[in-house]
Amino acid sequence: MTERRIKVLIAKPGLDGHDRGAKVLARGLRDEGFEVIYTGLRQTPEMIANAALQEDVDVVGLSILSGAHMTLLPRVCEALRAEGLGDVLVTAGGIIPDDDIPLLREAGVRRVFGPGTTIGEVADYIRANVRPRD
Amino acid sequence: MADPAARGTELAERARAGDRRALARLLTEVENRTPASEAALRYLYPLAGAAHLVGVTGAPGAGKSTLVAALTGLVRQGGRPVAVIAIDPSSPITGGAILGDRIRMQHHAHDREVFIRSMASRGHAGGLAAAAADAAAVLDAVGFPIVFLETVGTGQSEVEVAALADTTVVAEAPEMGDEVQAIKAGLLEVADIVVVTKGDRPGAQRAAAQLRAMLAIGSEADRGAGRDGRRRPKRPEVILTSATSGDGLGELLAALDRRGTELRGDTAEEARLHRASAQLDGIMAERLHLILHDPRLEPETDALVRQIAAHEIDPYDAADRILGRFGPTALRYPSET
Repeated sequence: MTERRIKVLIAKPGLDGHDRGAKVLARGLRDEGFEVIYTGLRQTPEMIANAALQEDVDVVGLSILSGAHMTLLPRVCEALRAEGLGDVLVTAGGIIPDDDIPLLREAGVRRVFGPGTTIGEVADYIRANVRPRD
Repeated sequence: MADPAARGTELAERARAGDRRALARLLTEVENRTPASEAALRYLYPLAGAAHLVGVTGAPGAGKSTLVAALTGLVRQGGRPVAVIAIDPSSPITGGAILGDRIRMQHHAHDREVFIRSMASRGHAGGLAAAAADAAAVLDAVGFPIVFLETVGTGQSEVEVAALADTTVVAEAPEMGDEVQAIKAGLLEVADIVVVTKGDRPGAQRAAAQLRAMLAIGSEADRGAGRDGRRRPKRPEVILTSATSGDGLGELLAALDRRGTELRGDTAEEARLHRASAQLDGIMAERLHLILHDPRLEPETDALVRQIAAHEIDPYDAADRILGRFGPTALRYPSET
């Protein structure tokens, strides 16, 4: 049996075109030994959920800098649950004020990584919190 | 779940019934080469065989993903569902990978009849071929009539995977080199169809003409079956496409469908036998690898490795000892686990 690899989908919901952070994270997680699926810009919540389903990912990492996180991130979580993917670990990063974090957590975003987070922190968090596989 | 075989069969049944999540899970089992995936394949293999498996390969940046995305759109216009397996390389150092082929396929991200799966090449023991062939068989058995298998045309195992398909398309971008590149040994030799992508770029027409001319040389004699036993066309068609304008895509799909129909005929027996044999080889290699690394035997294997390193025995002798030791038990591994 080949060893199991943790699969991470990195997606950018919404309309902002700033994906440098997402790409740096994708690259960093690759170096941490994850299999990273990068889907590109301007994803709708349904597109993200469909990709998460087809790729059978363990983690969905959402990058958002547009300010629309309170609208879009809960919708992504809903779309994932609608696909039966409630056990997928959802994290977010970008420009998200601390005051918004409690509501996002309630909506299903398990962790928000702010500016200054290191790749190592993200990787450690994922390894510690990813869903177990049967 | 306690019984991996039961789990594999259950996933296979649910995937056959149209459960996309079960299908995705099953493909993960296939990637991880688990006992559950083996059980699923035993169940699904007899149900597969109807799909046209199209390998698409070419140099990085040749336009493979864009081409597959555009073809997928065209196939969908005709109403057929499409599956895509997109393979990207794993890091040999960390084992990580970036799988970026979905970026070009965003247009189909809402379409439930398009199933796209990225696969990292990993360090599969039986070669990438066994895992890719199994994944294709799964998608075939659950009812996808056309399965694209996209691989980067660098590295032997990636090219082999594309060459294993029913039809192998090699994508070439214009300005990737002069016509001497076209007569060098390698990628173009495995092509059933050569596609010159980015047809709207300057020089694309000329690139296609040069490829046609160079591929025509030597076609007096039948190329016959290659060293891998697979017969390829004397003169692979060269088709100029542009995903931007859509030019040439209809012609390409028609050529693919023509081959798809031919392949169902008796003339394609050779190609099918070739694929079956490669599949068997891959699985045999995988099993031998498992035997070699079985924890119950590892101390003995380690001792042999040390003796080889110390030049106390030769590696051939060690290999014979390992093989001789199992006898018929080797044949039962790993289904007994």
